[in-house]
Amino acid sequence: MTCCILTTCVGEENWVDSRTIYIGHKEPPPGTEAFIQQRFPDNRIVSSKYTFWNFIPKNMFEQFRRVANFYFLIIFLVQLIIDTPTSPVTSGLPLFFVITVTAIKQGYEDWLRHKADNAVNQCPVHVVHHGKVVRKQSRKLRVGDVVLVKEDEAFPCDLILLSSSRDDGTCFVTTASLDGESSHKTYYAVQETKAYNAEKEVDTIHATIECEQPQPDLYKFVGRINIYMTNEPVARPLGSENLLLRGATLKNTEYIYAVAIYTGMETKMALNYQSKSQKRSAVEKSMNAYLVVYLCILISKALINTALKYVWQSDPNKDEPFYNQKTEAERQRHLIRAFTDFLAFMVLFNYIIPVSMYVTVEMQKFLGSYFIMWDDEMFDEELGERAVVNTSDLNEELGQVEYVFTDKTGTLTENNMEFIECCVDGHVYVPHAICNGQVMPGAAGMDMIDSSPGPAAREHEELFFRALCLCHTVQVKEEDTVDGIKHGIHQGKSTSFYISSSPDEVALVEGMKRLGFTYLRLKDGRMEILNREDEVEKFDLLEVLTFDSVRRRMSVIVRASTGEVYLFCKGADSSIFPRVISGKVDQVRARVEQNAVEGLRTLCVAYRSLNPEQYEEVFQQLNRAKLALQDRDKQLAEAYDLIEKDLILLGATAVEDRLQEKAADTIESLHKAGIKVWVLTGDKMETAAATCYASKLFHRNTQILELTTKRTEEQSLHDVLFELSRTVLRQHGGMTRDTFSELSGDCTDYGLIIDGATLSAVMRPGQEGSNSGNYKEKFLEICRNCSAVLCCRMAPLQKAQIVKLIKASEEHPITLAIGDGANDVSMILEAHVGIGIMGKEGRQAVRNSDYAIPKFKHLKKMLLVHGHYYYIRISELVQYFFYKNVCFIFPQFLYQFFCGFSQQPLYDTAYLTLYNISFTSLPILLYSLMEQHINMDILKKDPCLYRDIAKNSLLRWPTFIYWTILGVYDAIVMFFGAYFLFDNTTFTSNGQMFGNWTFGTLVFTVLVFTVTFKLALDTHYWTWINHFIIWGSLIFFVVFSLLWGGIIWPFLNYQRMYYVFMQMLSSGPAWLSIILLITASLLPDVVKKVIWRTLWPTTTERIQTDDHTSCKYFASCQSRTCR
Amino acid sequence: MVKQESESANRPDNTAFTQQRLPAWQPILSAGIVIPGFVLIGLAFIGIGVALLVTSRSIQVLELDYTGDGNGSPCSSCSQSTTVNCKCSLNFTLDTLFQGPVFFYYGLSNYFQNYRRYGASKDDNQLYGDLSYFTSPSSSCSPYDYDGSKNPIVPCGSIANSMFNDTFTLTRTVSGKTDSVPLDGKGIAWWTDYNVKYRNPSVTPLKNAFNGTVKPIDWAKPAYELDTSDASNNGFVNQDFLVWMRRAALPNFRKLYRRIDASGDYQNGLPAGNYTIDITYNYPVRVFNGAKKVVFSNVSWMGGKNEFLGIAYLVIGSLCVVMSVVMLIVYAKFKFPDEE
Repeated sequence: MTCCILTTCVGEENWVDSRTIYIGHKEPPPGTEAFIQQRFPDNRIVSSKYTFWNFIPKNMFEQFRRVANFYFLIIFLVQLIIDTPTSPVTSGLPLFFVITVTAIKQGYEDWLRHKADNAVNQCPVHVVHHGKVVRKQSRKLRVGDVVLVKEDEAFPCDLILLSSSRDDGTCFVTTASLDGESSHKTYYAVQETKAYNAEKEVDTIHATIECEQPQPDLYKFVGRINIYMTNEPVARPLGSENLLLRGATLKNTEYIYAVAIYTGMETKMALNYQSKSQKRSAVEKSMNAYLVVYLCILISKALINTALKYVWQSDPNKDEPFYNQKTEAERQRHLIRAFTDFLAFMVLFNYIIPVSMYVTVEMQKFLGSYFIMWDDEMFDEELGERAVVNTSDLNEELGQVEYVFTDKTGTLTENNMEFIECCVDGHVYVPHAICNGQVMPGAAGMDMIDSSPGPAAREHEELFFRALCLCHTVQVKEEDTVDGIKHGIHQGKSTSFYISSSPDEVALVEGMKRLGFTYLRLKDGRMEILNREDEVEKFDLLEVLTFDSVRRRMSVIVRASTGEVYLFCKGADSSIFPRVISGKVDQVRARVEQNAVEGLRTLCVAYRSLNPEQYEEVFQQLNRAKLALQDRDKQLAEAYDLIEKDLILLGATAVEDRLQEKAADTIESLHKAGIKVWVLTGDKMETAAATCYASKLFHRNTQILELTTKRTEEQSLHDVLFELSRTVLRQHGGMTRDTFSELSGDCTDYGLIIDGATLSAVMRPGQEGSNSGNYKEKFLEICRNCSAVLCCRMAPLQKAQIVKLIKASEEHPITLAIGDGANDVSMILEAHVGIGIMGKEGRQAVRNSDYAIPKFKHLKKMLLVHGHYYYIRISELVQYFFYKNVCFIFPQFLYQFFCGFSQQPLYDTAYLTLYNISFTSLPILLYSLMEQHINMDILKKDPCLYRDIAKNSLLRWPTFIYWTILGVYDAIVMFFGAYFLFDNTTFTSNGQMFGNWTFGTLVFTVLVFTVTFKLALDTHYWTWINHFIIWGSLIFFVVFSLLWGGIIWPFLNYQRMYYVFMQMLSSGPAWLSIILLITASLLPDVVKKVIWRTLWPTTTERIQTDDHTSCKYFASCQSRTCR
Repeated sequence: MVKQESESANRPDNTAFTQQRLPAWQPILSAGIVIPGFVLIGLAFIGIGVALLVTSRSIQVLELDYTGDGNGSPCSSCSQSTTVNCKCSLNFTLDTLFQGPVFFYYGLSNYFQNYRRYGASKDDNQLYGDLSYFTSPSSSCSPYDYDGSKNPIVPCGSIANSMFNDTFTLTRTVSGKTDSVPLDGKGIAWWTDYNVKYRNPSVTPLKNAFNGTVKPIDWAKPAYELDTSDASNNGFVNQDFLVWMRRAALPNFRKLYRRIDASGDYQNGLPAGNYTIDITYNYPVRVFNGAKKVVFSNVSWMGGKNEFLGIAYLVIGSLCVVMSVVMLIVYAKFKFPDEE
């Protein structure tokens, strides 16, 4: 009846959200509860989006949800329905082309996913069926099946561990493919079932599992197992330590038996693969804005022409001259005629919206992202990793970053911890081995810096070492089979490793080893340590109060062989000191602060001894919390809070985390590039500040503004904020005045340090109404004027909050967040661009990021080179696309004025169709992949160049208007050039006249050459591929035209282009006018470029010129000041 | 060892392409290149412009309007009556030799051969001589596909229907003696139109091919009687028909009518003298405020008289030179202080 009692006492509130699993599909004994077989999905993993049957409809539907595609579909349908000037082919074929290219790409990706799914779904699994092991395909696995998994096999679905080959019911698992943590984690079987470790025995287990419905959080699970033993049902809590996740692999354990609880798409892994919210780049936003402008232009063009057509038609002789009579049907339709005329004009001018722009942009992004992956300079030898692109949508956003939010540990620093010293009651111990890179002399196990302590102190000292040896979750790995980079320690002949998800712990345990206390292993719930006298001490591990980033500490409760029960606690100073009741707090605090200033990571260690009654109480509290089905975490946190109190301070440790290679150089470059760098860390202020100085985030002459709890204790937050903003603004105002007198710009820059508590006070919403908003603005104002900001003591969510705050500020700056750990995921997801570092704290950051790089230093090339290039490339791509379509369609608009607004197309159908998809598509695509306006090395050496493209500068409205006007000008030159040329004269020496198609072809030829040459003029980087594509596409145009006009095409009901192109080329004036018109079209752009380059050169242009003429020496380039 | 291999497997290919380090020519549009370039282009253009202008100036054009708007003009009576084959004549005098070869054009203005519906109103298959399209013309010819009694029209469509039907003869009066100027109507249409694109059905006599069809509504005689004297100029390959069928691009246009046959007295063109053009006036243009004219022109290597091209070359050429001077000033003034 325990079961029922327990059922009523824990988490009954939310039964709806739980599921019951009958292990081995066996009914529970009658009377306990109703047997309701719930239905669960099978174990089929479907990551593919389409099936063979629904691919076409579903893919079409998804593609036509995009506005541009839908627009062209509408145009196409209009062309089919009404009597249109151009054949439906002209918009149908490009649309078909675009849709097909996209469909092929998506289909291919989906085919790959299908293949992967099939491989996974069909791989065999072993299921215990009626006491026998049966092979099954993975997809046929059902919830409730008991599965046998052997060593090095991956789990086929989410399983609850029942028993393992090991007697203690544990097994080791690596979750490398889930989160990249290659360390082995231990999972536990429930005490009552761990004995059933053979197939016959397992089949006799009679139990049900109740657990929550699947949730995507990998690290949370609550459930309960009810075991029907002989007669008394027993209930045991299940937590994430019992749950084996699909995707993880069994290690170092011969086999396990486990029961499937979540299958197929309900596994935590599958739930985690759901797509993240899409990020859109600033360029894409500008692109959409331009599109709207062009749509307006299109509609107004159509309206103007429709109106003019009606004015024109008011004269019946013009409306219906004797030579062009209408049919009866046409005369009837007066009402809808206006509308169909409007539609016909829309159709005629619809090409102004560049149909292939989206597909080109998509291809550019997709193909362009390979250059990031291929970059050898972003390959890390040590890790064997290269840069990873998770979303190619944001390539150009890398060139627009204004704020970089970086994590400290593992991002700026190596996260490669080295034990430096420890301090027990104010006595400092330094391990003799390596200190600051120098081998310290000394044969003894330790160097005493202070005088030798008395016996009481000695007892404390030993307790401290034991505490550090016991209070951790480090595992010992005996063989040399660990993958990844781990610390190897040589212990006699056999090699063993310490493995932990936290590098600090490994460093501490190793440091203890050097100080004489070696942690040997955990066996049968007993931790064994080797003390200085080479005696093995054994401690029963009673409880582990695991680490979390909110508490910022962890504890263990152990029972020594003497029977005493201790609670050892270690954690951040801020989370330990308030809980300490005795110990030499002041000495330790002083030492901790000193270490923190040196940039070391410090931890404090404390203990509490528990008498049996206290322990019993603690045990009860923990057990209650652990058994809770709902809110278990909250209850656990409360229990921990109650238990970890009344501590006695033992001492502190200091661990060094070295700066990553070239971190300082990278930060300096980012600063020069005009990017503001913020460090967001959970670390202490002093440690973080020291790192900031080391990484040159703060310089020696940086004036540090502090906005910390310490200051707000003295003054009110209000006063501090206002004082700081006054300081900053005074300087700022002074600076603008001084710019004339003092060009060197040697003014002090400011660095702000703020801590989590103060930040939350600043961010706290409206307790004083308008005032709180004021705080935020003041804070932003201060930040805006600081070159560097350090936020310490940050909780993961606060990091995201900061990013959000900056994102939402007036200027809407582009933000980038970079981090390596799970605590950075929130900010990586929040920022415009999220970058993951392939660090030691697992792969979560990498998985959630948009781009992942092996080291922080690679950020420099990522932003300054790749980001810059992509931005330059895509902005030209976007502007050029609009430009070339204006050039294309504006002559057609002008032609309407000379053909009685009759919607007569200027160009032939083939030209209308192929202009965007073949004659002018490849050169710009290639440009947008290859263009390098400046050498890569200069970009890296001279970060100032990044400022030239800041704030989306190449896609601002003036630039856009310039391009559009250029397009209109070119169109006017082309059209009227041809117009005057055709004006009442012949161009051939045989006196024959040319017709309207020759007129259009002449304009079109000039058009194709002009837009291609325009691109050629803009190309600064001519590789053989550029030459090939640019000249090739012009040759293709000529060859196509010759061919198109060269034969009478069968199955075509008109032959209007027959010999038109050849006839045109046979005339001298046509050649002369083509040359003239091309020159006249390109002339103003060239002049503008040269004059602008001379009068108002951007830094980029200066460097281009310098690089071109004399400055091959970088010294002078480098010394250029950023203004 | 395994680790080593996996590392190198993950390592990106170190090729010039993947590292974006392909050898490249990196031109810059700097003043140093553009200014001399502009001067060169400008001078070249000015040269071409002068040549074109000189050539164009040397071309003689004689243009005579015969719409008959004013009361004094010779064809005013014809323009007001609706008489078929109304006759009128134009006189002109040449003081000097009109250098040959001389081309004889007719010109229409305010006439929109480039109306979309007009342009589409023909059946290429029919005109290619495909008999199956004779009995069922393409619907694009509507309303000129069938006549009132549902007989198919051949050639169908408004272009064919509206074929220009004024005719001209040119006579020269030398010392009281009237001499007819020989006109050559061959080769006035595109070679490809005549030989490839348009074909008569291979039925002899041609008349039989048109059985069951009617002539275009506005035509005086059916297509197979366009030139009964010359079978190779009859039907769809009649040169006047072909010239008309090639639509003009703009509303004011000229079409080639004849060439002055360079023989006898006219070896070198039209000699000085008094000339008369006898016009058979049929084509109505005044209803839509149009105008008709006849034009005599000779050509050079660059075609007919066209001052635009020469002037445009001169303008662009001098603009280039001016711009290069402007750029030079800007360059000199603003570039050098910067170097200090």
